[in-house]
Amino acid sequence: MEMKPLTRAVLGLICLLVGIWLVAPTIVVAPMSFNGVKSLAFPPRGFSWQWYENFVTSPDWSSSFFNSLKIACLVAILATVLGTLAAFGLDRMRARPANLIRMLLLTPMVVPGVVLAIGIYAVYLDARLVGTLTGFVLAHTILALPFVLIAVSANLEVFDKRLETAAASLGAGALTTFRTVTLPLIAPGMLSGLLFAFATSFDEIIVSLFITNPYLRTLPVQIFASITRDADPTVAAVGTILLCVTTVLIGGGMLLLGRERRGRS
Amino acid sequence: MTTKASNRGAAIEIRSITKTYGDFRALDDVSLHVEPGEFMTLLGPSGSGKTTTLNVVAGFTDLTSGTLLVGGKNVVGVPAHKRNIGVVFQHYALFPHMTVGRNVAYPLTLRGVGKAEREARVLRALDMVKMRDFAHRYPSELSGGQQQRVALARAIVFDPPVLLMDEPLGALDKKLREWLQLEIKRIHRELGTTFIYVTHDQEEALVLSDRIAVFNRGRIEQVGTGRELYDEPSTLFVGRFIGDSTVLRGGARSDGTGTALKIADETVTTPRRLSGDVTPVMLLRPEKLSIRRPGQPAAGQNRLSGRIAEAIYLGSGSKYEVALGDGSLAIVRSSLTDESFKIGEQVDLWFDGADAKLLADDASAETTLT
Ligand SMILES: Nc1ncnc2c1ncn2[C@@H]1O[C@H](COP(=O)(O)OP(=O)(O)OP(=O)(O)O)[C@@H](O)[C@H]1O
Ligand SMILES: [Mg+2]
Repeated sequence: MEMKPLTRAVLGLICLLVGIWLVAPTIVVAPMSFNGVKSLAFPPRGFSWQWYENFVTSPDWSSSFFNSLKIACLVAILATVLGTLAAFGLDRMRARPANLIRMLLLTPMVVPGVVLAIGIYAVYLDARLVGTLTGFVLAHTILALPFVLIAVSANLEVFDKRLETAAASLGAGALTTFRTVTLPLIAPGMLSGLLFAFATSFDEIIVSLFITNPYLRTLPVQIFASITRDADPTVAAVGTILLCVTTVLIGGGMLLLGRERRGRS
Repeated sequence: MTTKASNRGAAIEIRSITKTYGDFRALDDVSLHVEPGEFMTLLGPSGSGKTTTLNVVAGFTDLTSGTLLVGGKNVVGVPAHKRNIGVVFQHYALFPHMTVGRNVAYPLTLRGVGKAEREARVLRALDMVKMRDFAHRYPSELSGGQQQRVALARAIVFDPPVLLMDEPLGALDKKLREWLQLEIKRIHRELGTTFIYVTHDQEEALVLSDRIAVFNRGRIEQVGTGRELYDEPSTLFVGRFIGDSTVLRGGARSDGTGTALKIADETVTTPRRLSGDVTPVMLLRPEKLSIRRPGQPAAGQNRLSGRIAEAIYLGSGSKYEVALGDGSLAIVRSSLTDESFKIGEQVDLWFDGADAKLLADDASAETTLT
């Protein structure tokens, strides 16, 4: 159906406004990170790299960055292994119990973060896990697991199990079949799950705020602490870096998922 | 494929195999002997247990009871990957992440065959299915027929003594299917491997097989060459399943001289008799019936009148369906030199009682045919 020019113009305008509204907070951060003066006022005045310099040289910032990196890497690996195993188990179970367990595993996506945080904090106090690497990795893995489960399950759904029968007829035992047939074919799902898991951990703030202590801070916690203390544009620099990293990761993950879907249809 | 001798087919001995799913008997006391190098076809309607039998031999399905010998060795409990049996599936089952060459090399890599020999054998197998030029393609870049030929190469490259094929041509169109049937026949001749082939297409079974095992509802009704099954069916089901046939039933009476059936108000007789408490029916092949205009006699002492219900021109002659007095349909073939008949015309069918097969009636023969 042909659209009237006026309708088209109005529709375009609305789309533009919504678009600006959605990305405005994001595009505000980047210019502020190059602020010439120590202020978070918008628009920024002048231009300088000093806040990026500060991020790299200040021990507070760099140590929290490396904490986050370390935790996110461990979480990505742990969540990918566990999530893949869970996806396999559920795929090979009868539908009813499988759906129930799947819902259970996906609850961290639905339950309000703060509720989870309180629960985890309460348990961690007793278990002496507050402010520990183990504590962060375990907590973030809970949050990251659903992403891996979803990505690998989607991949398993299109995986043709009859290929495993064919491999057996050609002489491959269960392990060899997994290594040479199943794994290569679900690798895209696992990789996209891994990227999502990494990103989830890397920018997680709610639970982290509860289980952090002065000795172990992640980057988002450091940002939060800094911004509540003073108006340091370093947070904008860090935010911009975070933005770039997560965009690349999530974009990569989505691309992998999308290609997998298209490739098999 | 290194030497001809290493490549002899193995005998397969299936003894009283039963497979149940809950209360349901997918296979009910099935026994079958396949000679080394024989081309055996499992033929039967959908759900009759052909795939289940094949899966039991391949090791994909555990049997509930019975014995299975391959090459004289009991393989019950041996996992599929240790049976050294080639399998070709209806859905090709090529590995999508490997090229054609790597797909075919896969079983050789698993067996630790060295690179040089592996490459030579892969090429030879691809030659055999005429797919040598496609070694670097991925399966998604091939047509269905090409994929199935690659799957065949992959299943024979490791010289299995037995090759199982489950409706390998089921997804292909008729022309391609007929060509590949001849290819499969040639490969069977060249390899000397024992083939077990599943199909529900009786023509395909007749083209390919040394012998055919006819399945019905989890049982084997009869095993024999195509000619034996056509000429001497041992059950009504087999007679109906292989080739065209006319079945006459009604008011059977047997005495010392033979059996008489009453079709509407006409009586036909045969010198044969059935023993036991069964209802006899007559089965007639189309070429045993002569079709004539009323009043023109023909050979044979039995005459049935009817009306042409359908006339099909076949090129080499015509096929007629004739509605008999009791409403049943007779199938008659006439050659080019005979007169032709029009739909609705009144005709007489003549046949010799000795040409009629007398079989026990079996209601399932009609219902499971579709
Ligand atoms: N895993 C299973 N659970 C329950 N019943 C099964 C299972 N596998 C097969 N069956 C039943 O066993 C019977 C025989 O199946 P089978 O696959 O051997 O038939 P088939 O002769 O190969 O038929 P088709 O020509 O349709 O492939 C069918 O009635 C089927 O429903
Ligand atoms: Mg089948």
